[in-house]
Amino acid sequence: MRDITIGQYYPGNSVLHRLDPRTKFVGTLMFIISIFIFHTIPGYAVATVFLGAMILLSGIPFRLIVKGLKAVLVIMLITVVFNIFLTPGEVLWQWKILKVTKEGLILAGKMAIRLIYLVTGSSLMTLTTTPNQLTDGLEDLMAPLNRIRIPVHEIALMMSIALRFIPILMEETDKIMKAQLARGADFESGSIIRKAKNMIPLLVPLFISAFRRANDLAMAMEARCYHGGSRTQMKPLRYTRLDLAAYLILIIYLAIAILFRIFGI
Amino acid sequence: MGIIKAVKLAFDYLKYDDDGNVEDTQRAVDDVSLDIQPGQFIAILGHNGSGKSTLAKQMNALLLPTEGAMYVDGTDTAKEQDLWKIRQKAGMIFQNPDNQIIGSVVEEDVGFGPENLGVPTDEIWRRVDDSLTRIGMTEYRKQSPNRLSGGQKQRVAIAGVLAMLPKCIIMDEPTAMLDPNGRKEVIRSARELNQKEGVTVILITHYMEEVIDADAVFVMEEGRIVLQGTPKEVFSHVEELQKLRLDVPQVTLLAHELRKSGLPIPEGILTAEELAGALCR
Repeated sequence: MRDITIGQYYPGNSVLHRLDPRTKFVGTLMFIISIFIFHTIPGYAVATVFLGAMILLSGIPFRLIVKGLKAVLVIMLITVVFNIFLTPGEVLWQWKILKVTKEGLILAGKMAIRLIYLVTGSSLMTLTTTPNQLTDGLEDLMAPLNRIRIPVHEIALMMSIALRFIPILMEETDKIMKAQLARGADFESGSIIRKAKNMIPLLVPLFISAFRRANDLAMAMEARCYHGGSRTQMKPLRYTRLDLAAYLILIIYLAIAILFRIFGI
Repeated sequence: MGIIKAVKLAFDYLKYDDDGNVEDTQRAVDDVSLDIQPGQFIAILGHNGSGKSTLAKQMNALLLPTEGAMYVDGTDTAKEQDLWKIRQKAGMIFQNPDNQIIGSVVEEDVGFGPENLGVPTDEIWRRVDDSLTRIGMTEYRKQSPNRLSGGQKQRVAIAGVLAMLPKCIIMDEPTAMLDPNGRKEVIRSARELNQKEGVTVILITHYMEEVIDADAVFVMEEGRIVLQGTPKEVFSHVEELQKLRLDVPQVTLLAHELRKSGLPIPEGILTAEELAGALCR
């Protein structure tokens, strides 16, 4: 349950940690775009080298990143299976209506790589950026939306609070689950509908507790003079030379991706 | 005038029916008057539902009096334009350590208050450094609050309040959810702030052991202050306290029983040393 690394900051002082969150956000976005541009083995090799270099730079233990992948394992398996069996093309193996095609296998492989890199890339960002920095970065990048009356600051704050409470609520889910199991609740057996019904004794207390927490937190924020906009920032975002260098590297990387695509490597 | 002053303060909780009309009122605080001087360590005791938390929320203008008035450093809490000034002067620590930490990193949480006050960036850092040092949490400044113990979380919350440069700190049962070690840790921090730096501390609790060093103790029951005085004075009313369902410290209870069975020792003994001294005499 606690294997989801998204939103879990890993303290450190690496180059990646010191980058401006906006740079990291744009960088992650560019990386994700690049893995959809790349479509050949040399291309993926470039992406792998880039990602590997970033992981090394971040100083984050590899097993922590692998752990984060476990959370999306199911989605990945589903995608792979669908791609293998449902892509039309040259049939390699057939059993009744199930067909495995060459194109299917290739596509499934690509999808798997893309998904893994996508998750790894984004968790690399969340691991090296505190959720507060992340939301500060997003707030800044989204600031133009303020003009069309979207409450960017409030949304950003809601996000950072949500991120902070994820582990707490997970722990709570765990606790309630154990408490209900001790009272004879059954979360494992039965059909899906039955299982969903059995979740009620877990969800009701969880929601009540979440509302209570929200109430407490709102009061604590008011007690500390929170009153919407008009605040100063402890860590205002400032681009440094490091960010400039990072943007340069990113542009070169993306250019390589585009060139690979153009020349079909 | 003291830093916190209540004049015949009363507060009603309103109960609404489905249409939003007031159906019922419940008096949570009734005719409370108190005057707390700067630099004091005050304890407010009471059983669950005695109105002590409601009273605490009045001191920070989270709730406004139904009758009477509350003054924080001379400002009436009912004045809306001074609301943020009042909350800056009277910081508040709540019971649940998890539900009052907003930041995902210790230092960011400590900086939350000053950010709201519009303090410039350099000054925020100075205040954060200073508050963390004062509370002894500097080594945890880059940590996630989720990795701290309950007592440490409460100390982070105290640092967060200190960074707003308050004149007084109101602690609403800060130790109720902590283990004995965490309890000691938090109370020690509060006492140090009070003694070394002269911050006024108002501690709301139902643990008797935490109040024996206080300058004054108020005991509440059903929204009223029923006993008040120095800890010695308050704890000499052992039977009355028991009637209010409050536990008296063991030593005090023992001294009281000994005295009842005829030993010539004074009332209101608070520590084991004191009792030993009285017995040897």
